[in-house]
Amino acid sequence: MTDLNTLETEILAAIGAAGDEAALDAVRVGALGKKGSISERMKTLGGMSAEERQVMGPALNGLKNAVGDAIAARKQVLKRAAIEQRLATEKVDVTLPVRLSPAEAGRIHPISQVVDEITAIFSDMGFSIAEGPDIETDYYNFTALNFPEGHPAREMHDTFFFNEKEDGERMLLRTHTSPVQIRTMEAQKPPIRIVIPGKTYRCDSDATHSPMFHQLEGLVVDKAANVANMKWVLEEFCKAFFEVPSLNMRFRPSFFPFTEPSLEVDIQCDRSGSEVKFGEGSDWMEILGCGMVHPNVLRSGGLDPDEYQGFAWGIGIDRIAMLKYGMPDLRAFFDADARWISHYGFRPLDLPTLFGGLSG
Amino acid sequence: MKFTLSWLKDHLETEASLDEIVEALTMIGLEVEAVDSRAQFNAFVIAKVLTAERHPDADKLQVLSVDTGDGKPVQVVCGAPNARAGLVGAFAAPGTYVPGIDLTLAVGNIRGVESHGMMCSERELELSDAHDGIIDLPADAPVGTSFAAYAGLDDPVIEIGITPNRPDALGVRGIARDLEAAGIGTMKPWAAPKIAGNGACPVKVSIETPQFCPAFGLRLVRGVKNGPAPKWMQQRLRAIGLRPISALVDITNYVTFDLGRPLHVFDAAKVKGHLAVREAREGEAFLGLDGRERTLSAGMCVIADDNGVESLSGIMGGEETGCTAETTDVLVESALWEPLNVARTGRTLGINTDARYRFERGADPAMMAPGLDHATALVIELCGGEASEAEIAGEVPQPDLIVDFPFSEIRRLTGIKVADDRAVEILESLGFAVSGTGETVQVAVPSWRPDVFGKADIVEEVMRVNGVNRIAPQPLPSMGSVSQKILTLGQTRSRNARRALAARGMLEAVTWSFISEDHAKAFGGGKPELALANPISADMAHMRPSLLPGLLSAAQRNADHGVGDVALFEVSHLFKGDRPEEQHRVASGIRRGTAKLDGSGRHWAGKAEAVTVFDAKADALAVLEACGLEASKVQIEAGGPDWLHPGRSGTIRLGPKIVLGAFGELHPMTLETLDVRGPVCGFELYLDAIPAPRAKPTRTKPALQLSAFPAVRRDFAFVLERDKDAAALLRAASGADKKLISSVAVFDVFEGASLGEGRKSVAIEVTLQPTDRTLTDEEIDAVSQKIIDNVAKSTGGVLRG
Repeated sequence: MTDLNTLETEILAAIGAAGDEAALDAVRVGALGKKGSISERMKTLGGMSAEERQVMGPALNGLKNAVGDAIAARKQVLKRAAIEQRLATEKVDVTLPVRLSPAEAGRIHPISQVVDEITAIFSDMGFSIAEGPDIETDYYNFTALNFPEGHPAREMHDTFFFNEKEDGERMLLRTHTSPVQIRTMEAQKPPIRIVIPGKTYRCDSDATHSPMFHQLEGLVVDKAANVANMKWVLEEFCKAFFEVPSLNMRFRPSFFPFTEPSLEVDIQCDRSGSEVKFGEGSDWMEILGCGMVHPNVLRSGGLDPDEYQGFAWGIGIDRIAMLKYGMPDLRAFFDADARWISHYGFRPLDLPTLFGGLSG
Repeated sequence: MKFTLSWLKDHLETEASLDEIVEALTMIGLEVEAVDSRAQFNAFVIAKVLTAERHPDADKLQVLSVDTGDGKPVQVVCGAPNARAGLVGAFAAPGTYVPGIDLTLAVGNIRGVESHGMMCSERELELSDAHDGIIDLPADAPVGTSFAAYAGLDDPVIEIGITPNRPDALGVRGIARDLEAAGIGTMKPWAAPKIAGNGACPVKVSIETPQFCPAFGLRLVRGVKNGPAPKWMQQRLRAIGLRPISALVDITNYVTFDLGRPLHVFDAAKVKGHLAVREAREGEAFLGLDGRERTLSAGMCVIADDNGVESLSGIMGGEETGCTAETTDVLVESALWEPLNVARTGRTLGINTDARYRFERGADPAMMAPGLDHATALVIELCGGEASEAEIAGEVPQPDLIVDFPFSEIRRLTGIKVADDRAVEILESLGFAVSGTGETVQVAVPSWRPDVFGKADIVEEVMRVNGVNRIAPQPLPSMGSVSQKILTLGQTRSRNARRALAARGMLEAVTWSFISEDHAKAFGGGKPELALANPISADMAHMRPSLLPGLLSAAQRNADHGVGDVALFEVSHLFKGDRPEEQHRVASGIRRGTAKLDGSGRHWAGKAEAVTVFDAKADALAVLEACGLEASKVQIEAGGPDWLHPGRSGTIRLGPKIVLGAFGELHPMTLETLDVRGPVCGFELYLDAIPAPRAKPTRTKPALQLSAFPAVRRDFAFVLERDKDAAALLRAASGADKKLISSVAVFDVFEGASLGEGRKSVAIEVTLQPTDRTLTDEEIDAVSQKIIDNVAKSTGGVLRG
């Protein structure tokens, strides 16, 4: 048995000394191979007496297993060492910058984003989104909206005209989104709840006026909609849009040819700092015009003003975008300056929703 | 419309403060745009010159010792010739802002003598143009008190914005009426004075155009002396920004603002014969009071005498018959003019006057005769003289509009109940006459409210005076269900296209709908019906036929300030004609420089190359996918519109009839026209050309089919002529066995001398996916052969050896 003990010691030492898988395999062959030291001894079991075998059998098997386990364990150690060595050579500088995902670089223009915000709010109040053409007839832009021919109110709109045609018709660029009120009433019977975002044009250009700008028209027509409802819709809209819990609004009488009564709406704000803060301060800032749809406009839309009634409003999309997000100059909206869009634009996955918050 | 507080109080008895009045004005619809409290005059005090001595070092200067009231005389250097000991005038201490010279005073040193302030002239205080000397007040003016209070300069000026429907508020008296209705005071009674005329007016008036002039009033005042108007009148006119001229002219301006009744005065000595109201003759000349000569045309209404046109009706008087200091006999005119004609004439000639402003909005016809009497009385009071009887031509129209008004209308439109009595009270205070009893009453509209036609107008009157603030918001009734989809297909596509392109690293631009004619023509536009008649500039004169020129110009602007690698897109409309159906919803995008999908410019992992047609193609197809159209469903045809590179552009079609758009690198001539430098590629897609998806009864997706049998991949390289389409090759290969072949992909394209002139090699990987068995070698070989045959047949391509 001392013989076996010696053998075990020798083999285990050899396993421990094996520096790579080949050396380890040589030790395995030397011990457990066909002619290995342990295998040779196993062969002698047949010539032993029963008593002898009973002692030597388990002893040899035990040795065989112990050696086998030691080889397997050593093999794992060697393999890990080899991998570690390889990995060490594969090291790279992970601080090198990678390219940004395109979705991180792309931007949605503030006007589109704000229109999506507006859509989210009004869809919650049961409104649909309507649209109409930029190039309009005099009828839809003025006459049907109760602007009498030659009335000074027409002059308040600095209208872009196209050249007169042979038949005397003269098209124009719509000066407001209100023509879509008429187009909607012609196409659809009440109840009507629509908002109309779109481009509008006036030949006027300075720091606060752009010859092209964006307006949001709203129209509600049914058999009961009144000034009180209009105040609610507009107050709810402004609170939701500016994402403030409360807002002081002032409705004061005004004049628009297509509404009667007509009102203008101011929001109380603090303009003392660099940002406009709503819900505080002592300034009033005009934000929109609104009113009950004029009986003549209802008639233009084919409705009886004694049966149907409703309200409408118009609000500058660019203007409320500037107020909410702090862009200082309207003209920059249309410059397509990449630096401006990257700064003031929105990420493609910033989808405004009411459940997730309009601006996150 | 401007007026002063004291002027308002001529017509309104009120204890209300300035703030209360301002607040009330805004809340009844007369929006206060500015209040000038005249605080800039507070710093000026009445001071007395104690001594005046020659400046030691300047002939024309004096050194004054001035008593400003606090007992310590102040030394002031003064150059005014009338400065003298004993003079009482207006003093400004250092630190005071002097409006007439736009300067804040500091302690000065004038030729070695310190000067601690300034004795002011009228011009320096913007009281008049007088600058001959310093203000010289009566000796009893209280030294040390406010000069502004003494001189009536502390009268706050209120400016309100008058909406076009309120001509009645273009006179101070009309404003007072609205304020009385709003509970701010009581109107002071006013009635036109009775003029005891001596004899008939010798100048007669004939109205040839009653459609432009329903009535005309005229009166002669003989023996007037036309000096300056009294100080109070001058001060009020100045306060509202008018320059005093002479008593006769100032009276007309004053009454215009006081009563909203425009007037005119003729120097009777210069009027030849009688006056005729008639249409101007084509080409007739008119020299206006502003000294400018204008050529009139038919359709304009004028007042003429035997010499010709003497006045442009309701707009401006003529220079020839204007009143001067020498005027002794004056003809006072008060007439009615048809608003549209005044508006049209004024617009055509580009003349804006206070008279036009009122007449085109509608002056109160009932004020024509009283206005004449009032003005006559003022002329006699301020200039003396004796009046004739009035000559009245035509007939003043009587207001006769009576509206049947159910009180319920107030609640119907505003949502608030106003007591019937209160509604009547409001209407009567505004001058409406209410008659009848019960639920519906008859409301007679006063002559000064041409804006009131029907029930809704009357509701507005009640609402604005009762207070809009009293109307509490009421929720709009819920529609009673969860909101349905509210966007149209086109709107959804626009949104999806935007998000898809931004997710591809592009920046969304909003560019002008109008571009230059050259740019429009370069993109197939420039039609005459899309040219603006009154553009802001030549660069913004034509409605765009494509979004690309705007985006390309923007890209170049970005490049000019150092951002050369830029990817921009826009989703908006273009115009093929001026009809609604010719306005198309499109998505367009461009990439310039190396602005590729994965990034631009140099990078340690590999620099970006210049953009090519394929970058634009990928963008275009991404938009189609975002709009719900599978890119594999469309056909790509070589070539595109003229503005693209003919060999590096493609047209996207859906079947033979539908063109969805085009993509490519830009034609060098196009870039030259636009003054844009490349490399640049772009695309434009007609979103509304994409067919609507078929309506499906359920939202269930088709069941997923997974094959249990292994797919087999085989590679083929074909040599074919260079101008054969890869698309044709792919079609031929996939057509070999539509059931078995699940995909065909191009993995290599090669052109080289080894292939021979004009040839290219296209290598494809074909995937065979059996669904019911494992393929045998024989089956695979058979399909492969069929692929080779099909490709040879349809493209002439042969397997590369």
